[in-house]
Amino acid sequence: MTYAKPLPVVDVETRPFWDACREGKLKIQRCANCGHKRFPPTFYCPKCNSPEHEWIESSGHGRVFSWIVVRHPVPREVYAADVPYVVALIELDEGVRIASNIVGIEPEKVTANMPVRVIFKPVTPEITLPIFEPA
Amino acid sequence: MYALRNKYAIAGIGWTDFSKKSGRTVRSLASQACINAIADAGLKVSDIDGFVSFNFNDSVPAISVATEIGVPAARYANDFLSGGNAANMIVLTAAAVIEAGLAETVLCYRAMNGRSGFRLGGGRDLSAYNITQFTAPFGWITYPQAMAMWCRRHMIEYGTNAEQLGEIAVTFRKNAEKNERAMQRDPISMADYMNSRMIVEPFRMLDICLETDGACAVLVTSAERARDMKRKPVYISGGAYGGGPDQGEDLFDALRWPDHSHNYAKYIADDLWRSAGMGPKDIDIAQIYDCFTYSIIMQLEGLGFCKEGEGGPFVQGGRIAPGGELPLNTAGGLLSEGYIHGLNHVIEAVQQLRGEAGVRQVPDIETCLTTAGAMTCGSAMVLRN
Repeated sequence: MTYAKPLPVVDVETRPFWDACREGKLKIQRCANCGHKRFPPTFYCPKCNSPEHEWIESSGHGRVFSWIVVRHPVPREVYAADVPYVVALIELDEGVRIASNIVGIEPEKVTANMPVRVIFKPVTPEITLPIFEPA
Repeated sequence: MYALRNKYAIAGIGWTDFSKKSGRTVRSLASQACINAIADAGLKVSDIDGFVSFNFNDSVPAISVATEIGVPAARYANDFLSGGNAANMIVLTAAAVIEAGLAETVLCYRAMNGRSGFRLGGGRDLSAYNITQFTAPFGWITYPQAMAMWCRRHMIEYGTNAEQLGEIAVTFRKNAEKNERAMQRDPISMADYMNSRMIVEPFRMLDICLETDGACAVLVTSAERARDMKRKPVYISGGAYGGGPDQGEDLFDALRWPDHSHNYAKYIADDLWRSAGMGPKDIDIAQIYDCFTYSIIMQLEGLGFCKEGEGGPFVQGGRIAPGGELPLNTAGGLLSEGYIHGLNHVIEAVQQLRGEAGVRQVPDIETCLTTAGAMTCGSAMVLRN
């Protein structure tokens, strides 16, 4: 069965992130000039404008900054079997935020600042999504 | 800063029916709103020489409207790639364009088949390119889903609750009952709000604005010329456009936004009030961008009508209803009147300031704030009669 949900269209700036996910690693950028850590990926550092950066591995641990519980599926045909599901903004221990799903917990039990950790969910041979569960 | 205080004015307004299914092209809707605004000002099509619009989802280019209605020489035409954040910015831009001598009489419009055509609320292109590759794959796709994430943050930080959001929805619906333009005029109670279907927690159906087919147009010219036209001029006293740092890569993206309890409003407040030479206490009524109930709370706080975190209590107890301290969204707002991407707020502001709002007229007003935008960037104006 084809995967019907949105798939990342990987580009030249984001390929290292998605390649790492496929290997079970969550990576973010660190500016090679000023050390500023950033996510989502960009070409230039917003602090010092240096294009030089390295990809560092996140601990994969963070806390729930905010979250929603999707009850009405949009598009219906794609998400009908998934609702209710949780989307959260997660503040990683490295200080950057990432959007993802929280699984392994009843949606009603998610709380602010709840500790979570990354797990990896392969959805196609090319794409593995980083999702989170209670830590 | 804004050097144009009261130097430019809105001299005409026009709109179409607001419906779920116009059965018409977006171009014809835009043209109708523009024709109506020209007639309202007592002008001829040949008097128009500029257009400004915005087109984040469906719209039509300004030159197509100029062509359809037969403008002989459109000296300026600009279509901003923007959403609700631009609904006031285009009016400010019209004034700047006239000041610069690029045009004299400028139509600002927004037209869309927002329900029967491209549904902005119904989802987006599911191909997750650019920044959406970090949001859409997790089923975070629609605007209600985007803003619910902001709203939750305000609830976490300040204890904002459903009753407060509900009071906004119920108050605006009551205003819409008195507005023949409004799409939703059936009364709702707080119980109706509480019982409305949970779409994306913490948002219920009644926290979310309508999707509308329709168009609005606003005619801007110099105050001097406006005084010789058919209608009482409504002066643009001040305005501002912008946002904070990390506005994101598109109108959905707030991954890097520092504080989801506060939106663009807090970043433009100083510019806005300085430009108008006024402050919150000088505002008689306001039309605040309400794509969602929650966006009202962020803008009230950000613009200084109350302290940060106090937007929830502020909207309670009738303060934002007619007769209250700060009547808001007197036509019903995007929540109940319709969603012409915020430009309908400017129409209502002009009607109120002219004293033409009929049964919903708020008496003895001199100033009206309008705002546009809900997330990381937006615009606002102070209008006066």
